[in-house]
Parts: sequence; structure tokens; C-alpha cells
Amino acid sequence: MPKLKRARRRAAPDAATLERMLYFLKLTREAEYRIERVLYRQGKIVGGVYTSRGQEAITVGTAIQLVDGDVVTPTHRDFAAHVIRGLPLKDIFCNWLGRVGAPTRGRDGGPHLGDIRRGIIAPVSPVGAWCAVACGAAMALKRAGKGNIALTFFGEGTSARGDIHEAMNLAAVMKLPVVFVCNNNAWAYSTPVEKEYAVKSLAVRGPAYGMPGVSVDGNDVLAVYAAAQKAMARARVGKGPSLIECRTFRMTGHSAHDNAEYVPEKLKRQWEKKDPIDRFQKLLLTRRVMTRERVAALDTAIQRELDEAIAQAEASPLPDGADAVKGVYCEPGDCWWGKPSVVRGA
Amino acid sequence: MPVMTYLDAIRQGIWEEMERDPNVFLLGEDIGAYGGAFKVTAGMLEKFGEARVIDTPISESAIVGAAVGAALMGLRPVAEMQFMDFISCGFDQIVNMAAKIHYRWGPSVPMVIRGPSGAGVHGGPFHSQSNEMWFVHTPGLKVVVPATAYDAKGLIKASIRDDNPVIFYEHKFLYRRIKEEVPEDDYVVPLGKAAVRREGRDMTIITYGAMVWTALEAAEQLAKEGLELEVVDLRTLLPYDEESVLASVRKCSKVILLHEDTRTGGMAGELAALIAEKAFEDLDGPIVRVTAPDTPVPFSPPLEEFFLPNAQKVIEAARRLAAY
Repeated sequence: MPKLKRARRRAAPDAATLERMLYFLKLTREAEYRIERVLYRQGKIVGGVYTSRGQEAITVGTAIQLVDGDVVTPTHRDFAAHVIRGLPLKDIFCNWLGRVGAPTRGRDGGPHLGDIRRGIIAPVSPVGAWCAVACGAAMALKRAGKGNIALTFFGEGTSARGDIHEAMNLAAVMKLPVVFVCNNNAWAYSTPVEKEYAVKSLAVRGPAYGMPGVSVDGNDVLAVYAAAQKAMARARVGKGPSLIECRTFRMTGHSAHDNAEYVPEKLKRQWEKKDPIDRFQKLLLTRRVMTRERVAALDTAIQRELDEAIAQAEASPLPDGADAVKGVYCEPGDCWWGKPSVVRGA
Repeated sequence: MPVMTYLDAIRQGIWEEMERDPNVFLLGEDIGAYGGAFKVTAGMLEKFGEARVIDTPISESAIVGAAVGAALMGLRPVAEMQFMDFISCGFDQIVNMAAKIHYRWGPSVPMVIRGPSGAGVHGGPFHSQSNEMWFVHTPGLKVVVPATAYDAKGLIKASIRDDNPVIFYEHKFLYRRIKEEVPEDDYVVPLGKAAVRREGRDMTIITYGAMVWTALEAAEQLAKEGLELEVVDLRTLLPYDEESVLASVRKCSKVILLHEDTRTGGMAGELAALIAEKAFEDLDGPIVRVTAPDTPVPFSPPLEEFFLPNAQKVIEAARRLAAY
């Protein structure tokens, strides 16, 4: 059965990938800790603070498999997508701090950032609108015929929006190379799932549109990885979109100002035990993919990396207020952004 | 020079841009085999193929959203709204996504959303609206409203080549009623520039879209009474040609602001504010608005006729203003 063996080998990420996944998981957790529980509380970050605490494995297990030329449309809870795509941490912290060094130069804040050269499309606050945008990017990618895909995230709360219906239907009808990833974190702000939808699993909506739909444990990065691998492989060979529902739990308030008192304590404690990072780290240690020393070194390196990035971001100047009126339009030869960042040859 | 309808001029403009730039493509409802509800895209599927003339489900939000995504990838989508009334279903994608991308994080979003607007064909409340002001109040968009066949071609070509999201309002009443000589060669009419359609000295009418023709009709009548009206066609509502507006007001000292759109929050209000701020000293009479009333567009012919501004209403307003 060599064929099956090969398939199995392909399905399992190698040691280097496993280690990278742990790195991005931990980096996300620590970076967002600094954002939510240090910089925000110090009053250095103003505005809304949204993090992916508890659901980091969804972003990491999927986005880690993107290749050059792919496109990703993160939500406000997909910090890892930006770093996996190579956006420097300093730039990300600049965005949170409203500095000129940010990809948005202070024009938008927090998790609203993108870099089209890296295939990252910035989210907006009306959640899920980017899923239709991902379809358009996928149209361009399909036309280019290089096997690239668009990875688009949305929450279970967002699944109730019409944009998701339109995007999933359009993607299915046009057989677009899109992977729809629903991070079902059980809470839409303060609204629990039973008030959001009436099906047992959102995965059933995949077949309803004519695409595969699976539901996986979103706190198991390897389960997420495997489901995404399958969905991406399908998309890359022209078989169209897929839906992956990743079940998880939002281990923080909707945003930093929300103490989430509406979440039952018992549920919080249950999900704490399922922490995706603890679980994965334990697995890597048990399987001897990594030693304790190596993990400790990784932790130290992450702290150092964050210290440096935050220091650089804090040293970056704030924008000049009068710049607010510049760059509303993109005019050739007179672009305030210098040169509009575009991807060509898609 | 061939004589062309306003509709054929738009079609010709799109066709030429499709030939000129392989990144240009079309998406919308019934635009392929059917050629669009008004046949603006007739023959394009046969000529350019399914990959570039894409029939979509009835999903205005996804149509606009997909256009944004494709534009971000360097393509130049032209999305059709079957009727501009339905653009409301894609509103969020236009105002929150497309309009703000360049300002927020830098990429260009070269896309056009076009379709038929306006009343006069008994289309009723959902096939007749002039809802351009929804978008004129959205920084980051450009809003284009051609009145002539020549402009229709030149402006659609300029819109497709523009690096910003452009909302292109075609007037369905003009589609087959306006015929004029339109050059077959490649030309563009620049966005953001108004045109003086008729030179005058006693009074200026500043307008756009189908009302340009109403203004010209009124001006012809009033000329017989010895009143020489200037007619300024804005052509682009956002960003609009402030200089041309002010120049005409300074020249004529009396101004009528005319549009088919409803009154409150209409373009006339914006222009009146501009004129009051920057040309107050030049005015010899009150700024006068001739617009549709603040109602939905009614269906039954007598109601619709009452609703729409026409030459007679302009003439009456002009006579009152002339008395100052």
C-alpha cells in the first residue's frame, strides 16, 4: 500500500513545521498578552482591543500551509496570519499604537491591517465582508492558473450575516479556490450559539452550498492542520471551495473592555483545560519532537523578539494630524502612499 | 463619425477597454448570454469569453465584494448593478470596504460599479431611483453621471482606467433617446471636470445626468423671452468641479441648482453651501433649487410626472429668479 503511506506522510507535518507551529502559537499568545494586558492597561493602546486567546490554533493550523501567491483575509482574531505571512512584529505593534510605521500609518488601528504584497487583505469592522472579497481574489488566482488559493476566516457569529451566504454560494457556483474557515468560539460578543443558529454544526452548511463541510476541534492544531490541508489541496487543483468549522472558545471578553461576565465560570474552566497551546506543547514533548530545553529557549526568544518589536514601535513617531486629509484617492504619479501597493501578475 | 445612442456609447467604451486591457473584466447579473437587462453588455460574452464576462447569482454584496478582491489583485472589474436601486444590497462593500481601502492601508482599488438609474420610464419605486448622493457622501469613491453619448463613452473609459472605486450612474431614460455622433477612436473624458453645455449670461443652471437635457430645453424656451441661461453639466459629482461651478456663478450672478434626485441632502444642497461660502458677493438673487420632492419615486404616470422636475418647472423658477 505505498500510495496510502505516501498520503499519510503527506498528511503529517514534519518536525520543523511542528516547531514553527508551536512558535507561532506561543508568539501569538504572548504578543496578544502584551497588547491586551500590558500596553492597553498602561494606556498606551487606545481604542478596541480584540485578541485570539484560546483560538490561536485555528489561524496557525491553516495559515501555516499558505504558499507564495496565496491570499488570506484574517478576522480581528487572526493575529498569527499576519506574522506567518511575514509582516514584521514591529509593524503590527505600530498599528496597535497608531504610529506612522504601521501598515495603515495610523489610519486604522489594532487588528485592522493588511499588506497586499504579502497577500493579506485587511479586515473591516462589519465582519465577514472580506469573505466576498476573498472570492474576488480567488477569481483572479483561478484565472492566473498557478494553483494559488484564498483562505478566509469568519466567526460563527458572522455566519449569520448575508455576506457569508453570498460568498459561499458564489464560491461554490464558480468553483473558486477558497477555503472558508469558521472559528466557532461560542460567543458573538455576548450572544451564545443557541441564539446565533439552529443547526447542530455549521459544517452542514458546506454541503448545503455544494462544498464539503467538516467540523473539527479548533483547539487541536493538528486536526485543524489536517482539515485545512485537505481543503487547500482540493482548492489548488480546481475542485472548488470547502468549509471548515473549528470549534473553540473565546477565552477573553469580546474586547478588552468586556469582562465577559455573561460566560458561565464552569464553561471557562472546562475550556481552560483544553488550551490549544498547552496541549500541543505537551504533545511535542511526549513525542519528543522538542526537548524541554528547546521549548524554554523558544519562550525566551519570543520574549526578546517582543521586547524589541514593542520598543521599536514605541519609538516610531505618531502621525502628523494634518495628514488626515491626504491620500483619500489613489492618483497615479501623485500618491500620498508613495506607490500604491499592488500585486501584479496574479 | 457614427451616430450612436447613449447606451451604445457606454457599450463601445467598455468594449474598447476590454480589448485594450486584458485585466478588465465584467461581472453581474444576466450580463453574459442575455447581454444585461438593458443590453449594455450584449455580444461581450461571445467576444471575450466566460472568464471575462461573468454571470453571477443575485448577490449584489458578493458582486461588489468580489470586484474589490479582484481589483486588489490587479484586475480591473466592471460590476453591473441590474438597476442602481439594488446597489443598496452591496452598500456595505462599497462604503466600508471599497471606499476606505486605499486610505486605510494603501492598495489601489481600480473598479467600476455601473448601472441604470433614474426615472421617467414608469419603473416605480425600485427601478427609478437617483441614489447617487448615498455615495457622494462617501470619501474615497468617485461618482460619475454622464449626460451625453460622447461623455458616456469617454467617462466610462476614464472610470475603468481610474485607480479608485467609481460608481457610474447611467440614466435609463437617456439610453436610447440620446443619439449623437461619437468618435470611434480612443478618447477619455477626465473625471472631476464639468462641462458648460450652453453659454449664457443672465443665470446659470447647474445640473447633471438627464436633467442636463431638461435644462437645455428650458434655456431654449427662455431665450425666446430674452433670458440667456448658462447650463453647466457637472459630469462627476465626487469629486466635483468646484472651479467650474464658481466660475459660472460669478459670471451669471444668479443660479438654479437642478436635479432629479430628491431635495433634502441632494447635490443642490452641497452646491448651495459652496456658493454661499465662496461666491456670496457675486449673487444677485437667492440660490434656487429645482428638484424632485422628498418622496419615493411613484409609479403611476401622473404621479411620476408630478414628481419629476421638467422644463416647465425650471422655466417658472427662472422667471421668478429673473425678477430679482
